[in-house]
Amino acid sequence: MTWVNAVIQGVLLGGQYALIACGLSLAFGVMRIVNLAHGDLAVCGAYLGLVLSSALGVPVWVTLPLLLPTAFAVGALLQVTLFARALRHGVLAPVLVTFGLSVMIENLLQEAATSDPRGLNGGSLALASFHITSGITVSWLFMTAFLTACAVLSGLQLLLSRTNWGRQVRAIADDLDTARLVGIRVRPLFATVAGIAVATAALAGVFIGTIGTFDPLAGANTLIFAFEAVVIGGLGSLWGTLAGGVALGVTQVVVGQVNQAYAVLAVHLLFLGFLAVRPTGLFTAPSSRLGALG
Amino acid sequence: MTTVTVSRWSRTATASTAVAVVVVVLLAAVPYVLGGPAEQPLITLLTFVAMASLWNLLAGFSGLTSFGQHAYLGLGAYALYLVAAHGVNPWPGIAAAAVIAAVISLPVSMLVLRLSGGYFAVATLVVAAVFQIAVTLSPSVGGTTGVSVPGLAGYSPVLREALIYWATLVVAVASVAGVYLLVRRTFGLDARAVGSDPVAAASLGVRVGRSRRLAYLIAAGGAGAVGALIALQTLYVEPTSVFNVQYSVYMLFMVLVGGMGTIEGPVIGALVLFGLQEALSSYGAWYLVIVGGLAAAATLVASRGLWGLVSERFGWSLLPVGYRVLPKRKA
Repeated sequence: MTWVNAVIQGVLLGGQYALIACGLSLAFGVMRIVNLAHGDLAVCGAYLGLVLSSALGVPVWVTLPLLLPTAFAVGALLQVTLFARALRHGVLAPVLVTFGLSVMIENLLQEAATSDPRGLNGGSLALASFHITSGITVSWLFMTAFLTACAVLSGLQLLLSRTNWGRQVRAIADDLDTARLVGIRVRPLFATVAGIAVATAALAGVFIGTIGTFDPLAGANTLIFAFEAVVIGGLGSLWGTLAGGVALGVTQVVVGQVNQAYAVLAVHLLFLGFLAVRPTGLFTAPSSRLGALG
Repeated sequence: MTTVTVSRWSRTATASTAVAVVVVVLLAAVPYVLGGPAEQPLITLLTFVAMASLWNLLAGFSGLTSFGQHAYLGLGAYALYLVAAHGVNPWPGIAAAAVIAAVISLPVSMLVLRLSGGYFAVATLVVAAVFQIAVTLSPSVGGTTGVSVPGLAGYSPVLREALIYWATLVVAVASVAGVYLLVRRTFGLDARAVGSDPVAAASLGVRVGRSRRLAYLIAAGGAGAVGALIALQTLYVEPTSVFNVQYSVYMLFMVLVGGMGTIEGPVIGALVLFGLQEALSSYGAWYLVIVGGLAAAATLVASRGLWGLVSERFGWSLLPVGYRVLPKRKA
C-alpha cells in the first residue's frame, strides 16, 4: 500500500513540475528562447505572493488576481526590453543574457530577502486532506496543484488550437519568416507568450512556496526540474510535458520511499537515461519543433 | 587588378609574443623577487586566466555555452585528493586530475552534446548537480563535510606557497598557449565553423561531433587541473564550495566582457574580474549582481567585448588566429 501511495503522491508532485515546465516549453516552442531565468522568475512569484499576502493579511490564493497580471506584465516587459534584443544577436545571446539575468535575480533576492527559507500562507487549504482508503491520504493542496496544472495545460491547448491567437502562435512556431510575410504581427504575440510563460511560472512558484519552502537560490533547481520534464516529455509537446513531470515526480517519491538521500539523484539519472536512449522524449513533436536537438 | 598577400603573422604579433614571453618570465621570478605577499593575488588572477581561456575554447570558439564547468573543477579537486591520498606527489597529481576529469567527461559528452544551445546549457547544470550529489553521498570522500588534502605536510609554508604559485602559472600559461596553438590548427577553423552554423559546417565536410567533443574534453581536462589547484590552495575540498556555480558565472563574465572568440579577450576579462573582486568583494551579493548584469549587458551592447572594441578601433591583433588580406607591397 505504501507503494501505491508513493505513486499517487508522485503523480501529484509531477503536476507541479509540469506547471513550471509548460512556460519553458511554450517559450522555446514559439520564440526559440530557453529562458535560464525561468526558475528564478517562479521564485520571484513566490516572493511576490509572500509580500502581498503578508501585507494584506490574507492567504496567498486571494492575492492571485493581483499577482498573476503582475507576472504577465513582467514577462511581456522582459520580452520587449531584453529577450527580443537578445534574439537579434544570434542563437547564443539569449542563453547568455538569460543566465546573466538569473544570476542577478538570485543575488538581488538574497540582498532584499536574506537567504532564510520562507513559506507561504495557504490558509485552511494547506492543512486539509482526504482519505482514498485507510492507508492513502491525499492533501487537498497537492490535489489542487495537480488539477491546476491540468487546467492550465488544457487551457493553453485550447487557446493554441481553437483561437485566432493560437493559430498565429502556431504559425510563428512553424515558420517565423512566413508568418511575418502573411501579415502576423510578431512582437505583440511574442510579448503575450512571454507573459503567459512568466505568469504560469509565478503560479507554480506560489504552489512551491505553499507546499514547501523557498529561498533566493531555489530557482536553479526549479529550472533544472522543469527542463527535465520538458525533455523527457518531448520538446514542444504540452501533454508530453505533463507526462514528463509525472515521470519525475513518481521517480522522486518512489525512490525517496527507499532512501530520501537518493531521490533527487534518481530524477537526474532518469533524465540522463532518457537523453541516452530516447533524446526526442516520450511524445515526439513535429520535426520543426525539434530545433534544440543538435 | 590588385594583387594581395594573405598573412596571419604581423610585426605587432611578433612584438606582442615577445612581450608575452617576457611577462611570463617576470611572473616566474615573482617568488624570488617579491615573495609571499604578491603571490596570493597573482594566484587568484592566474586561476581566472586559466578558467576564462578554457571556457572561451568552449563557448567562444565552439559555440558550446556550458554553465556546468564547475562539475569538472569539483571532479579535479576530488581527483587530486584521491591520488594524493594514495601517496602520489600532489604536483604530478595536478596532471592526473586533469586526465581523470577529461576521461570522465567523455561519456558525459556523448549525452550532453546531443543537445545544443540553451538545452545544452541546462543539461550541463544537471551534470554538475549529479556529480555534486554523488560526492555528497560518498563517505569515502568525506560526504557533505569534505576532506583535507594530504601530501603537503612536508613543505615549509613559504616553499608550498611558491610551488602552488608556479603550478598555477604553468596551468594558466598552458591554457592560454594551448588554446592559442589549438585554434590556429585546422581544429580552430572547424570549431568556429561548427560554432556559427553546425549544419553548414557539416555540409562542408567538417566532422561536427568530433570537433565539439574535442573542445568539451579539453575544457573539462583544463577545468580538472584548475580544480586540483583550488584544492591545493585551500587545502580542503568540500562539495558546496568546489561544485559552485559561481565559478561558471565567473567564466561567463570574463569571456563576455573581455571578448569572445579571441585569445586576448579572456585574459583582459580575467584582469577586469580581478579588479572588480578587489573593489567590490565587501558588497556581498551586490558584487554578483554586477557581474551577472555586466555579462548580460556585454552580450547585448558589445558582443565582441572590451578587446573587440580595442581591436576594431586600432586594427590590432596581438595573437592572431585568423588571416588578414593585405595589398601586396612593392618589391
